[in-house]
Amino acid sequence: MNKNIIISSGLHMLVIFVATLSLPFIVKKPIELPPIISVELIQITDQTNVPFAPKAKKIIEKIKKKQEKLVSEQAPPKKVKKEKPDAVPLPDQKNEQVKKIEEKKQNPEKIDNEVKQVSEFEKDEMFDPNSIAALIDKSKEDLAETSKKLDKVTQSQDPSMNLSGLTLNEEDALKAQIFGCWSIPLGLPYNENLLVRIKLKLKPDGSVIKTEILDHARMNKPGQNFYKVLAESALRAIQLCQPLRVPTTGYERWKDLQLNFDAREMLEG
Amino acid sequence: MRNKKLLFIILLIAFPFKSLALIEVDITRGNLSPLPLAVSSLASNKKDKENLEKKLEIKDLGLEISLIVENNLKKSGLFNPLNKDAFLQKPDIAHLKPRFEDWALIKAQALITGKVNFIDDKLRVEFRLWDVLAGKEMLALAFTTVPKNWRRVGHIISDKVYERLTGEKGYFDTRVIYVAEEGPKTQRVKKLAIMDQDGFNTKYLTLGNELVLTPRFNPTNQMVTYLSYFKNLPRVYLLDIETGIQEVVGDFPGMTFAPRFSPDGKKIIMSFAMDGNSDIYTMNLENRIVERITNHPSIDTSPSYSPDGKYIAFNSDRSGYQQIYVMKSNGKNVKRISFGKGLYGTPVWSPRGDLIAFTKLHKGKFYIGVMRTDGKGERLLTENFYQEAPSWSPNGRVLIFYRETKTNSKGEGFSAKLWSIDLTGYNERLVETETDASDPSWSSLLSN
Repeated sequence: MNKNIIISSGLHMLVIFVATLSLPFIVKKPIELPPIISVELIQITDQTNVPFAPKAKKIIEKIKKKQEKLVSEQAPPKKVKKEKPDAVPLPDQKNEQVKKIEEKKQNPEKIDNEVKQVSEFEKDEMFDPNSIAALIDKSKEDLAETSKKLDKVTQSQDPSMNLSGLTLNEEDALKAQIFGCWSIPLGLPYNENLLVRIKLKLKPDGSVIKTEILDHARMNKPGQNFYKVLAESALRAIQLCQPLRVPTTGYERWKDLQLNFDAREMLEG
Repeated sequence: MRNKKLLFIILLIAFPFKSLALIEVDITRGNLSPLPLAVSSLASNKKDKENLEKKLEIKDLGLEISLIVENNLKKSGLFNPLNKDAFLQKPDIAHLKPRFEDWALIKAQALITGKVNFIDDKLRVEFRLWDVLAGKEMLALAFTTVPKNWRRVGHIISDKVYERLTGEKGYFDTRVIYVAEEGPKTQRVKKLAIMDQDGFNTKYLTLGNELVLTPRFNPTNQMVTYLSYFKNLPRVYLLDIETGIQEVVGDFPGMTFAPRFSPDGKKIIMSFAMDGNSDIYTMNLENRIVERITNHPSIDTSPSYSPDGKYIAFNSDRSGYQQIYVMKSNGKNVKRISFGKGLYGTPVWSPRGDLIAFTKLHKGKFYIGVMRTDGKGERLLTENFYQEAPSWSPNGRVLIFYRETKTNSKGEGFSAKLWSIDLTGYNERLVETETDASDPSWSSLLSN
């Protein structure tokens, strides 16, 4: 009898123990909040154009350095302004200030012009981010010019450069532009192959030097009149879109480009 | 020799070619808006202009022809003719050498220019089609005809431009035969009428003494077959539009419906009731031999041949409801192709052979639609209170049909008009007619 009671209570205890462990409402665990993840919005170009990343890093670093330099270059006028906040300088005085600044500049001409054009009041805005950004842009242009030779070397040395396509951003920009220019002929047959491949030779500014229809022979085949119409509409789209929205860099990469115009998706709806 | 091959292979392995991958971009979307084009007025010198004005009483024939072209292309829904006020170049200079920059500036992608001359009492019209963006001529043609034919010249130019820019034949140099209706609904006077597809040059072919029904064009020539009641008996007639000669093909018993030509124009196919049972018959027009095609206790009507003449589409209620069936031209292999809800009727095979147009009645509404010849891909193009009798344009891209409006409680407000709709279903237009109209049939191209 006692044995049975012991077994029964033992089993009861086991059931209670199991319930305590497994049923969630008995044991309330503290809510674990997931760790906070900081989200940083980045340009997708940096991610999609991997082969360019090391070069881009170098460029960014150079720009940063340049930026620091430029900020330090602009520092003196601020000091000058603070020293005489209310005084309106006479033309002679102003010239003297300019000369002082000139002595400190690495790139005297540009800053000279800036200083000559701005009044004391406008000098307050010398340090706003926009003007710095503008200067950075200028420095980028300078950099691009000076590093053109370097660029050529790196592109030819980098074996992955020729294999890399356009980045998603670049491709989307080009597609969006041509979508707007291409008037698809509405009389095309629904059940035919409606793909026209056109090879382009481009100038660095995106204008077209040469177009070549790859399946040219198909244009003169009997019963394929629609193909000629389709090809002509694609050529018109290219002409209409000129200059094409191509990337600003990496001309070697995209100077030859192939556009595959396919009307099937649109016509089949 | 073998060593050389081996050396070559070793070289290939040792010095692989540097692959230059060409960047490919897929363009799968575009805009489906109509193509903007400029139709410049057709130029003519002062003397020709004066002579033509005397002859035809039209002040500027070149302008009128260009307006016909403009109107045709606009109605097709595929082109957007630009306003002539925006044109920067004069017609005569543009015809010699267009300044493409000027035409590109107003966003024209194609340009039509031309010249009208009056030589030896004949009208000579030449025109050119230019690709504005490529800066080149796409087409140049000239026609000589009697001055009275000037509207047809406009239609032929429209057809040529349409064909060059879309890749398929046009449908502008065509005519439509229909039943012109006048008077109150209970006492309708019905006459056979014919007009150009744009609604001009209407001619009445019968006087309206007899009831006429279902006129149909011969696909190969300007012959028409229609049904007329003579002393309350239906008769099938043949009418040659060019000569005006009319002949009775035969008297048939009971209800006779919808005679239609075979694609070669040598037979007519129709349905009539023998012993209270409607079946499909053909009649050879050369020897007048009648052949029975279907033999079924159900009602079989509205037969229509496929363009190759191998198959016939018709409607039948053999499944309990009126549906569309397809069979071989000898009456064998009958297959039902319509399976949607509602009643299907008036199947008409497209001249291209790819689609069958039909009328559908579902929940008290009438639809005009198309389906593939196997019954798949059904698309309803338009819906209305009452509409039926679709007829294809010769290029199989547009349908013409008629639509009736509801009468009010006093029995007023009834009208029947012709409408056209293209295969996209978006370009629906009223076809202007002088009177009320029903039962249209589209001719084949007058000039090939």
